[in-house]
Amino acid sequence: MTARDRTSLAQKAARATPEPVARRIRGLSDRALAWLFISPTIILLLAINIFPLIWTIYLSFTNYHANRPNMNVRWIGLRNYQRILGSEDIWGYLQVTAHFVFWTMVLQLLLGFGLALLINRNFRGSSFWTTVILIPMMLSPAVVGTFWTYLYQPQTGIFSYIVNAFYDFGPLDMIGSVKLAPWAIVIVDTWMWTPYILLLSLAGLRSIPDYLYEAAEIDRANAWQKFWHITFPRVLPFLMLAVLFRGIENFKMFDMVAELTSGGPGSTTELVSITLKRAAFESWKTGYASAFAVILFVTVFGLGNIYVKALNRVKR
Amino acid sequence: MTANTNKAFSVSEASGRSKAIAGALVILYALVTMIPLAWIFLTGFKSPPDSIAYPPKVVFTPSLEGYVNLFTTRSRQTPEYLESLGPPRTWYDKLVRERNMVITGPSRYKDRYVNSLVIGFGSTFLAVFLGTLAAYGFSRFKVPLKDDLLFFILSTRMMPPIAVAIPIYLMYRQLGLSDTWLGMILLYTAVNVSLAVWLLKGFVDEIPREYEEAAVIDGYSRFQAFIKVVLPQMRAGIAATAIFCLIFAWNEYAFALLLTSGTAQTAPPFIPQIIGEGGLDWPAVAAGTTLFLVPIVFFTVLLRNQLLRGITFGAVRK
Repeated sequence: MTARDRTSLAQKAARATPEPVARRIRGLSDRALAWLFISPTIILLLAINIFPLIWTIYLSFTNYHANRPNMNVRWIGLRNYQRILGSEDIWGYLQVTAHFVFWTMVLQLLLGFGLALLINRNFRGSSFWTTVILIPMMLSPAVVGTFWTYLYQPQTGIFSYIVNAFYDFGPLDMIGSVKLAPWAIVIVDTWMWTPYILLLSLAGLRSIPDYLYEAAEIDRANAWQKFWHITFPRVLPFLMLAVLFRGIENFKMFDMVAELTSGGPGSTTELVSITLKRAAFESWKTGYASAFAVILFVTVFGLGNIYVKALNRVKR
Repeated sequence: MTANTNKAFSVSEASGRSKAIAGALVILYALVTMIPLAWIFLTGFKSPPDSIAYPPKVVFTPSLEGYVNLFTTRSRQTPEYLESLGPPRTWYDKLVRERNMVITGPSRYKDRYVNSLVIGFGSTFLAVFLGTLAAYGFSRFKVPLKDDLLFFILSTRMMPPIAVAIPIYLMYRQLGLSDTWLGMILLYTAVNVSLAVWLLKGFVDEIPREYEEAAVIDGYSRFQAFIKVVLPQMRAGIAATAIFCLIFAWNEYAFALLLTSGTAQTAPPFIPQIIGEGGLDWPAVAAGTTLFLVPIVFFTVLLRNQLLRGITFGAVRK
């Protein structure tokens, strides 16, 4: 951009601002300007994030039902929390969630890091193919869940058809079978989010300076030693960051699975967010659901903090 | 090629053969990963019977029935009634008549798409506007508790959307914001502003302070320097941030599902509801999905060099 553009933009801005307002803003101290700039964001977040959070905490101690606005709201102390932590179903849903988070992370780390090592060889066309691989990550998870129900149709779906081309399993009812459904959601998430790990791994690989490998060369390190002592430790912080972001997202996972299996069959894919939605918006146990929400939030926050501490140790 | 030269190459540049193998594997993965999308794209042009054929049909006669069904509502009629209507007036009338149906009106897909556009662009504009100001404030001024505030802004993203939706649902019911454009725009703005602040702060940090200092020496006030010197330099960053916010709002499902039902419903909760006779009308669902995803694919290609930054909240830059 040229200097002339800049002044004309400035003139436009100057003309657009009414004179007294302009003079007042121009005269502001840095301190006042800082608050003028920052406070709208903070106020919006207070109104739409923090105030509701406090309200949720309050509701979690009551027996409120949102579908009965005229009902007498009673303070019931910790009873909601006791019911949740004492319920075996909830531990089951947490296990389902843990299975989902664990396997998606393992598969995506292997595939994503592996692909990154390959792409890092800079073959011709690597940036084009990388862009192609990145596409699934940007799509709407709910819409992805919807169209995978079509791909997963046992008789007519393309997934079962392709798998059977390699080994004759017979029709695979990925969504309807108790055994396969937990893997159906893992596969779709891996399809969608492997690019995320790939992208961060690539960033890690590209941050390694060449001289480290040159030095290893002089010391006659073999390929495996170079990988284990240079590549891997240098990429590890990036991988851990990726796992932090994706781990939190998958712990909260709702949209893709809600459309794909909506928790079924039975409750084999019932992730905690789906349970939460059922409690809050289907059985309308608002107080109970609020307590559950608080528990989930504290879990995410606690695990996240522990993890960040570990991450910082690795970085050092 | 001896082992020695091979090693020497691996320092900075992989050997020709290993490059070829790596390339082949990556291309194979890319092609496999594209199968689902290609399949959905093709299904949009199938007739309903072709879409549920066994074995799945790769070669088929293309049909626009999916797209016609996506944009219309239809009702089944007796052959006698269809006979009495006279010849179909348009190509899509003809297509529908072949299934013993008549078009009874437009479907709601277009409205949902428009809602997605309005809410997406509205919340993006607000989030980027607020985010630009806040990012500049955090980057250039001494703000008390700066790191805590920045962490607070980020931590609002850690809450499960359903957990946020419970009180928002109650609050919006009180304020009359349920199922309105304004309510959804404000909500998406609040979610996106944390991303916008973090990303834009990274972009502002990269602009040398000397430019503004020079402008201030030339007699500009701090605010003028922001408008005239910093903003123009932030253009690329603002554009990238805006696209990320737009994609988030476009893709969002949980809030849309729980807080909208009729007038302000966006496309993601609507697409699964495209129901035909006897279950889901897959070609229509595929057509709706295709039209919904095409803009995102376009933006992904456009943004490919900024993606890393966007998905890590600016924590990792190239």
